Amino acid sequence: MRNGSTAIAPTPAVRKSGTVRHRLRRLDVKASPYLYVAPFFLIFIAFGLFPLGYTAWVSLTDRNLLDPATSFIGLQNYTALLHDSYFWNAVENTLAIWVMSTVPQLLLALGLAHVLNTTLRARTLFRMSVILPQVTSLVAVALIFTQLFSKDYGLVNYFLHWFGIGPIYWEAGRFSSWFALSTMVIWRWTGYNALIYLAAMQAIPDDLYEAASIDGARPARQFFHITVPMLRPTIIFTVIVSTIGGLQLFTEPYLFEPSHQGATGGSDRQYQTVAMYLYEKAFASSQFKFGYASAIAWCLFLLIAVISAINFLIVRRIRSAG
Amino acid sequence: MAAVAVPQARTSRRRFTTRRFRRAGPLTYLFLILVALGSLFPLYWSLVVASHDNSAVSSYPPVLTPGHELWTNIKRVFNSGEVNVDFWAALLNSTIVATTVTVSVVFFSALAGFAFAKMKFRGERVMMLTIVATMLVPVQLGVIPLYIEMIHLGWLNRLPSVIAPNLVTAFGVFLMRQYIVSAVPNDLIDAARVDGCHTFRTFWHVVLPAVRPAAAVLGLLTFMNTWNDFFWPLIVLSAQNPTVQVAVSTLASGYVEDYALVLTGTFISIVPLLIVFLFLGRQIIGGLMQGAVKG
Repeated sequence: MRNGSTAIAPTPAVRKSGTVRHRLRRLDVKASPYLYVAPFFLIFIAFGLFPLGYTAWVSLTDRNLLDPATSFIGLQNYTALLHDSYFWNAVENTLAIWVMSTVPQLLLALGLAHVLNTTLRARTLFRMSVILPQVTSLVAVALIFTQLFSKDYGLVNYFLHWFGIGPIYWEAGRFSSWFALSTMVIWRWTGYNALIYLAAMQAIPDDLYEAASIDGARPARQFFHITVPMLRPTIIFTVIVSTIGGLQLFTEPYLFEPSHQGATGGSDRQYQTVAMYLYEKAFASSQFKFGYASAIAWCLFLLIAVISAINFLIVRRIRSAG
Repeated sequence: MAAVAVPQARTSRRRFTTRRFRRAGPLTYLFLILVALGSLFPLYWSLVVASHDNSAVSSYPPVLTPGHELWTNIKRVFNSGEVNVDFWAALLNSTIVATTVTVSVVFFSALAGFAFAKMKFRGERVMMLTIVATMLVPVQLGVIPLYIEMIHLGWLNRLPSVIAPNLVTAFGVFLMRQYIVSAVPNDLIDAARVDGCHTFRTFWHVVLPAVRPAAAVLGLLTFMNTWNDFFWPLIVLSAQNPTVQVAVSTLASGYVEDYALVLTGTFISIVPLLIVFLFLGRQIIGGLMQGAVKG
């Protein structure tokens, strides 16, 4: 930003009376940017960064809300966690549901974006219908689909019955519950990702397609050799966002349970996610094992970081255009 | 000469643009219509279940059209003498929380965005990078100390606990910065300064009016996200003082078999957003496509 004081050239006569104002103005220009960005940092430090860092400390203690005496126990929570079969079960469930929901979701979104990227009648109407699930709350999605997937009166089983399948007790089985939960995630997020891809597709320069069509490349070839490579940064972005969100999956499985109070993810913990296990240890059924739950939080954090990094490396290998 | 040559190049280019102006065939429409029906159906289904007596849920073959019991079911949900949660209080709480958070996020994000876009100061780049980086930090994982913080602040089971942590977001600052850089001309700001405006006055009278479109989008997305938030409110609030999402989940856990009642509550919780969406869907889409970040 140019220094505005040069624009107003004060005459010697008024300079003296202008100094105080001039100083105030300099102070205003120098100091106020910090004042303006401060609210974000204050809020983030107080309610984001500090709690996250403090989690690391709590995870090294045996803190329990019901017991005022807290003592430092080193890495005991972590060693206990590594031998906790419930924890590994939760990790397995989380990863399975994440893969089952993210892969079809992003592929479907890519196809949907490709289809939306044409001259369409009622374009806005289609876009709106695609994004509608995103407006619906997680709680609503979970409860509606739980009804649709219910064993006796669910529509899904009713339609499967036409094909001579079932009835399937979706909630009771391991794979079947993962499938039902993935469906919820796919339903809510596909349209969102499709619109992100669509925005990126529209930013691809026309020249590339012109050159390709002059060279005789057919549309399918153009899609895989121009569109997908050009979308690489966007695909990386959506994969990372889906990883961060997907690995923290909580609401859908929490409400999928018939009387969701325990957050155990079914009678055999068949669909308990890591976030649910954290919730179970910290808040459900008044366990308040804050130290242990904090260790779970840090392990989940680590898991997210590792999986995000792996994804980044994989997606980066998508062949570049040409 | 050059100025004439450019538009010519453009028109000749358009003939070759096969893909951008690809026509949609009937199969494309069929596919899109199926997707649209798939998007709509679960919501329609919640209305179907909510508008029947609960016994209709178990009828065979299932009823697929709305019935006449919606009003009765709504009255049951709002009758706090009958159900386990005060739905009026929940709606009021959610409105208060979402409105406060929305106003605050828009204001503070625009203010910070203005500083980043139009003012020079030390550490500007580092701070902006930090803000973008925070979007990747799963801060939800700090819930346990945050809960302890809320106990110390005396905010447990009170609305400030769900308002304060969300007063300004990284996404908001980022969106506003991007918009102000391109939408507010430097000349306009210089002119205001020459006229003797101090920076906040410039912000209030020049920048804020100019960012109204972006502010509307950010406001909508923030309202939506806050209204729909569940994990944190579930932890710090209770059935005695819930937001709508907590109320609906309480209803669902209390009346597992009463699908009509549960889905009526669910339906009520999504209606406000559906109305907003019906009128401002276009802006929401624009915002999502621009921002490209989950809230």
